[in-house]
Amino acid sequence: MSLDILQMVLVTIVAAATPLMIAALGEVVVERAGVLNLGVEGMMVLGAATGFAVAVETGSTLVGAAAGAGAGLALSALFGLLTVVLSANQVASGLAMTILGLGLSGLVGASYVGLKRAPAPHLDLPGLTDLPGIGRLVFGQDGFVYFAFALAAGGWWFLWRTRTGLILRAIGDDHTATHALGLQVRTVRFRAVLFGGACAGLAGAYLSLSYTPFWAPAMTAGRGWIALALVVFASWRPLRVLAGALLFGGATVLQLNAQAAGIGLPGQLLSALPYLATILALVLLSLGRRQGGSLAPASLGRVFTPHR
Amino acid sequence: MRIVQGTLVAVLALGIGGAQAQEKKPGEKLKVGFVYVGPVADYGYSYQHDQSRKALAAALGDKVETSFLENVPEADSERSIESLARSGHGLIFTTSFGFMEPTLKVAKKFPKLKFEHATGYKRAANVSTYSARFYEGRYVCGEIAGRLSKTGTLGYIASFPIPEVVSGINAFMLGAQSVNPNIKLKIVWVNTWFDPGKEAEAAKALLAQGADILSQHTDSAAPLQEAEKQGKLAFGQSSDQMRFAPRAQLTSIVDDWDGYVIGEAKAVLDGTWKSHDTWGGIKDGMVVLAPFANMPDDVKAKAEATKKAIADGTLHPFHGPVYKQDGTEVVKAGENAPDPMILGMNWYVKGIGDTLPH
Repeated sequence: MSLDILQMVLVTIVAAATPLMIAALGEVVVERAGVLNLGVEGMMVLGAATGFAVAVETGSTLVGAAAGAGAGLALSALFGLLTVVLSANQVASGLAMTILGLGLSGLVGASYVGLKRAPAPHLDLPGLTDLPGIGRLVFGQDGFVYFAFALAAGGWWFLWRTRTGLILRAIGDDHTATHALGLQVRTVRFRAVLFGGACAGLAGAYLSLSYTPFWAPAMTAGRGWIALALVVFASWRPLRVLAGALLFGGATVLQLNAQAAGIGLPGQLLSALPYLATILALVLLSLGRRQGGSLAPASLGRVFTPHR
Repeated sequence: MRIVQGTLVAVLALGIGGAQAQEKKPGEKLKVGFVYVGPVADYGYSYQHDQSRKALAAALGDKVETSFLENVPEADSERSIESLARSGHGLIFTTSFGFMEPTLKVAKKFPKLKFEHATGYKRAANVSTYSARFYEGRYVCGEIAGRLSKTGTLGYIASFPIPEVVSGINAFMLGAQSVNPNIKLKIVWVNTWFDPGKEAEAAKALLAQGADILSQHTDSAAPLQEAEKQGKLAFGQSSDQMRFAPRAQLTSIVDDWDGYVIGEAKAVLDGTWKSHDTWGGIKDGMVVLAPFANMPDDVKAKAEATKKAIADGTLHPFHGPVYKQDGTEVVKAGENAPDPMILGMNWYVKGIGDTLPH
C-alpha cells in the first residue's frame, strides 16, 4: 500500500514538473540569447486553448499538441517582431503578450468550455511498465514527459556542445561585440524567441491535453510565471531546470499529500514549503559559487539596435 | 497573472465608462453591474452568477442593462468595483467573499448607488449582503457519501479556511456520521479557488490515501475528472458538472441566484430597495441539488427525503448535540445551531482528525 502511494506521488511529481520543464527550457534558450520574454504565461495559456480546440476537432492528441506549440510560436513571432525587429521594450512587450494571450485564449476556447476528451495516452512498454517500483514511473508516462526530458538533454547539448549554441550564448552576453564580428544578432534572437514560444505553447497543450484534459479559461494559473522564476533559479542551465522543475512540482505535490496523509504540520507551513525549498536551494547554489558575480547573460533584457 | 488581467479590465472599463457618477432618473434604464472572481466560463461559481445576470436581462428586458467584470483578483478589486460605480451603474453585485472591504469602501464614496455583496457579513445603508445556506446541500452530500463509501474514508478539497468553507466541511461530516458514525474525513487545503492542476493533484493525493468519494470547495471540474478516471465517486461544485464526469458525479450543489438578483433589481426600480441580509437555503430555491445519479435507488430515495426534511425545517444539519473536536458541546441536544454560530464557524466537529489551519 505505502509503496503504491510512494510510486503514485513520484509519478504525480514528474507530471506536475513537466509543463514547468518544457516552458522553462524554452525560456532558457530565449534568455541565453539575451531576450527576456515575460509573455510565457500568455503563450502557455494560448497553447492550452488552441491545443485542446484542435485536438477536439481533429481527434488527434498529436495534432493538438503541434497546434498548441504553433499557437505559442505565432504569439512569440509577434513578440519577436516588437522586441527584436522594432527594438521595443522587452518587459512591456512581454507583459502585453501575456494579457493578449489570456484574452485570445478565451476567444479561441470559448466554444470548447465544458467539453472533455480522453487524456493523452500513456506510452506503456509491455513488460517494462509492469516492473515493480520504477516500472510505472519510468515507462508509463505520456509522450509529453519523455519529450520534456529529451528537451533538457537536447538543450544542454545545443547550448554547450554546438557552435550555434556558442554563438547564441555569445550574443546573449554581448550583442555589440558579436554584431561587430559579423554575427547575425537579430536573426539568432528571433529564432530563439520562436523556439521559446513553441515550447511555452506545448507546455500549455500538455495541461489541456494530458494533465487535466479539458479547457477552462486561465487554467495555467500562473505556471508561466513559475517557469520564468525557474529559469533564474536554474541559473540559465538546462539540466538545473530539470532538477528545479522536479523540486518546484515536488514541493507542491508533497505538501498536498502530507495533508491527505494527515501529517500534523500546520497548513501555512505546508503551503510555504515550495518557497522555503526555493530559498534553501538558492542559498546552497550561491554558497557553491566561489567567484561571485551574476550568472545571468550580460545583455539580458537590453535592447539592441544595430545602427547606433 | 489575474492581477494584470483584472487591472486591464478595470482600466478599460474606466475608459469606456467615463467618470460620471449618475443617479437614476425615473423611466431610465437601470444599469446592473457584476464583479466576478473567476472567469464566467468556469462552469462553477462565477458561471452560476452570470446565469443569473442573463436571467435578469431576460426577465426585466429593456428596463435593465447588465455588464460584468470577470477574473477580478480579490486583493485588487476596489478599482474594478469603482469603475462600475463611475460608469453609471445603479446596482452592483460583488460576488466573492474577498470583495467585502473594497465594496464597503466604494459604497461609502457613492452613497446613492446600491451594492450587493455575496457571502460577506458587513453591511451599510447602501450595501446588502446575501448568501446561500450551502451547508444544507453539503449535509445531504455527506449522508450520500456515508452510505456509499466502501473504504469508510471520504476526501475533501478545501480552498480557504473561512467560515463558509468550514461550515460546509462540518455539515458534510455530520451528514456522513448520521449514517456511519465511524466514517473518516481527509481534508486537503489547496489555498486557491481555481487551479485545475493543483485541484487534480489534491484529488490524486486523497484517492491514494484511501478516500473513495471526493467533495470539493474549489471551482474546477478537475477533481471530478480525476475521480471518474480512477472509477471513484465525487460531488460537483456550484453548477451541474455531469458533463465532465457522467459516471462519477453523485450530485452537485448548484447555486441559483436568479430569484434573488431579479428581486433586488426590481426593488431598486420600484424605489423600495433597503439594505438587508438574505441567507437562503434549499427551501428558498437558492441551494439546488443537481439530479442524484450513480447511486442505488434506495440511497437516492433517502437523499430525497433528507433534502425535503431540510427544506420543510424538520431537519437542521447542525441539530444538537454537536461537539467540537475536543469534545466540548457547542449545540445542546434538541437545539439547532443559531445562524451567527454557523456564519462564524472556525472549528471542526468531533470525528475530524485534522487540525484546522488559521
